[in-house]
Amino acid sequence: MATKILLDKINIPGIKSYEVYRQNGGYASVEKALKEMTPDAITEEVKASGLRGRGGAGFPVGLKWSFIDKKSGKPRHLVCNADESEPGTFKDRYLMEHIPHLLIEGMITASYALGANLSYIYIRGEYMWVFKILERAIKEAYAAGWLGKNILGTDYSLDLHVHCGAGAYICGEETALIESLEGKRGNPRIKPPFPAVSGLWGNPTVVNNVESISNVPWIVNNSGEAYSKLGLGRSAGTKLISASGHIRKPGVYEIEMGITVHEFINSDEYCGGMIDDRPIKALVPGGSSVPILPAHLIYKTANGEDRLMTYESLSDGGFETGSMLGSGGFIVYNDTACIVRNTWNFARFYAHESCGQCSPCREGTGWLEKILHRIEIGNGTMEDIDLLWNIQSNIEGNTICPLGDAAAWPVAAAIRHFREEFEYHVLYPEKVKNRDHFVNEPFSTVKHLINK
Amino acid sequence: MKVTIDGHEIEVEPGTSILQAARMIGGESVPPAMCYYSKLEGTGGKCRACLVEVSKGSEADPRPMPKLMASCKTGVMDGMEVKSITSPRVLEARKAVTEFLLINHPLDCPVCDQAGECDLQNLAFNHGKEQKRFKEDKRTFAPENIGENIQLHMNRCILCYRCVKTAEQLTDKRVHGVCGRGEHAQISTYISTAIDNEFSGNMIDVCPVGALTDKTFRFKSRVWFNKPYNAHRNCPTCSGKVTLWMFGEEIQRVTARKDEFHEVEEFICNSCRFDHKDPKDWIIEGPRKFEKFSVINQNNYTTKLDKVVLNTEKQIVEGREQDRNKISMKAIPYTEHESKE
Ligand SMILES: Cc1cc2nc3c(=O)[nH]c(=O)nc-3n(C[C@H](O)[C@H](O)[C@H](O)COP(=O)(O)O)c2cc1C
Ligand code: SF4
Ligand code: SF4
Ligand code: FES
Repeated sequence: MATKILLDKINIPGIKSYEVYRQNGGYASVEKALKEMTPDAITEEVKASGLRGRGGAGFPVGLKWSFIDKKSGKPRHLVCNADESEPGTFKDRYLMEHIPHLLIEGMITASYALGANLSYIYIRGEYMWVFKILERAIKEAYAAGWLGKNILGTDYSLDLHVHCGAGAYICGEETALIESLEGKRGNPRIKPPFPAVSGLWGNPTVVNNVESISNVPWIVNNSGEAYSKLGLGRSAGTKLISASGHIRKPGVYEIEMGITVHEFINSDEYCGGMIDDRPIKALVPGGSSVPILPAHLIYKTANGEDRLMTYESLSDGGFETGSMLGSGGFIVYNDTACIVRNTWNFARFYAHESCGQCSPCREGTGWLEKILHRIEIGNGTMEDIDLLWNIQSNIEGNTICPLGDAAAWPVAAAIRHFREEFEYHVLYPEKVKNRDHFVNEPFSTVKHLINK
Repeated sequence: MKVTIDGHEIEVEPGTSILQAARMIGGESVPPAMCYYSKLEGTGGKCRACLVEVSKGSEADPRPMPKLMASCKTGVMDGMEVKSITSPRVLEARKAVTEFLLINHPLDCPVCDQAGECDLQNLAFNHGKEQKRFKEDKRTFAPENIGENIQLHMNRCILCYRCVKTAEQLTDKRVHGVCGRGEHAQISTYISTAIDNEFSGNMIDVCPVGALTDKTFRFKSRVWFNKPYNAHRNCPTCSGKVTLWMFGEEIQRVTARKDEFHEVEEFICNSCRFDHKDPKDWIIEGPRKFEKFSVINQNNYTTKLDKVVLNTEKQIVEGREQDRNKISMKAIPYTEHESKE
């Protein structure tokens, strides 16, 4: 069994409750931090660990913490991003549902490191039952003296609240999250200023993902150096992967970064191979926002090396032949899947979730969705495919927040790697009209119909 | 601080945005701004029409910025070099933004009171494509009455948020805002139905398009048929400095005075705007000038319009007498004899 640091205790009966969590070594990092370490020493440990943000962008956590403005004298805040709404990603929910105290422990230790006395967990509205689990856990932590005034008799005090979102993906973007937390419309802010300088109520704020924060207790307990030895190179540590799609065992897995994609999909420890004997056709390795990979680029990179489960290897080849680790939403497709329909589905999501603030994203995402729908139902033309390409390139990079890019990339990658499937929809509308194309007739058997 | 825009160098104060610096230089390099409004805090960054390329970050860090930057929201750095119309990337992006703003726009300029002083028309004129690629049905919104004075045409709105900021910063209580998200985001008063505040009329002036127009001017005239005059009155609430839009002796519309970037010089109150339509209320200072290419100059005071004399022969224009008669049914008498045969 590979090293697990987040899910190692997940199977202990009753681990959800405070007593069991505490009996199994819980809250040790808070004791160690508050009694033996200075806030800056913790930040140094996290820096040394090489832990990178698990919310999608992979920005080094320790570095982000060191940017927080401590000189202004304003109150500081730590906000945990539990808005997990990326299609294909469900790891944060798993953590919070099964071992809620781990996140709370991480929040206390991290808040101490940042000098924050008021911290928040922003959870998506659809996770109402998880919200209740967290509320209960926080109550238990208050009762046991881990939260509130003068924790462990030190002069450090911390209040922690859970705040429930109202069903918008965009509120996962850190500045939109802050706006929403302030009670405003969840529109992303224009950066700079970055939250580290002016975040929640204009105060210096750090926003981190649930999984990022849940790694902190282990790092404090075992040292940053020990953490940096896990994983591979700059992809230090372990990563939760939400595996779904046409695999035998979908679910949340903790992997040590550096194993091969082949092992992850095919070993019995993880996905357990494909669901039946239909072959793998495509892979979205990091949630709906990242480029899709065609079969020949899944197990090997373009220059023939093994594709590994690391930030670097998954993005090897850039957007031409690579993708991204993103948030770890790992979606596997076999050859019954229609890439056009899948792309349309993603586009529909982004069109629905755009905040509507900036013109390229507001208008462009809706336009992409409409054209993709037209192609998918057999009403498209060849020009539409080029139009899609042009629209996505007009959106990318020209928007306020990365949602615009996230809407553009899947479309671009689908056309790049699966253009023939789009052409097939245009040329043979009668074959796609029942929506069961590729289930009965895998694309490989009809590919020859497209005359170039 | 020294900044160079399209090769023009200028010294500006720290904290100046690229857009402001470009406006100081003036001319072709000024990026179009559809959402930024220098008189309103927190505007800008949304429409993306003002994107520019920063080809040199600063003297200290000369690396170019990889993405195009919103010039209204990006501060200048010493030694920064910016490309506006000299960058093909920028022109491409402006074309793209223009197209995005137009795909769902109703293009009802012929019946829109804003036509002739509309920033979207100008943007489309300068950066639009002569081609339509959007085949789908345009997005429409149900009409909403937002009060006595202001007409809302949501279909024309480009969601610049200027009116929201106006209501926030000029009136004591904002009762309208943006509801919904994405394509369905719309300006609305949501629950309270009427916008009623003595400064609310300024929302009409800041709106770059015809989404908010003056109900007292509705369908009265095209702006280029009006003669604009600077005028003032002694107003207890505001500066009283306005532009009167006259048709003969009639004041058809009162607006604030707008500068060359179509921003008002001073906000005015609703009483000046809506209730003082009698020329006796005002002291007229003289004609108001507009930038050279404005269509408002069609009816200007400088060139004398002579009576139009058609030099073509009367016959060609009106046709020969007998031809006109021939095609007239009633000119040929009807006889009973005809119908019997
Ligand atoms: C449209 C959009 C949605 C996002 N949604 C989430 C999310 O649901 N959860 C999350 O942790 N980060 C999300 N992010 C990333 C956050 O902006 C931010 O980078 C992250 O919370 C930082 O935490 P980390 O450094 O620990 O990864 C989203 C970003 C964008 C642009
Ligand atoms: S890119 Fe989309 S989601 Fe992000 S600010 Fe612009 S409109 Fe909103
Ligand atoms: S109504 Fe006008 S001012 Fe208000 S957001 Fe729309 S375009 Fe902007
Ligand atoms: S004017 Fe700068 S983004 Fe609109």
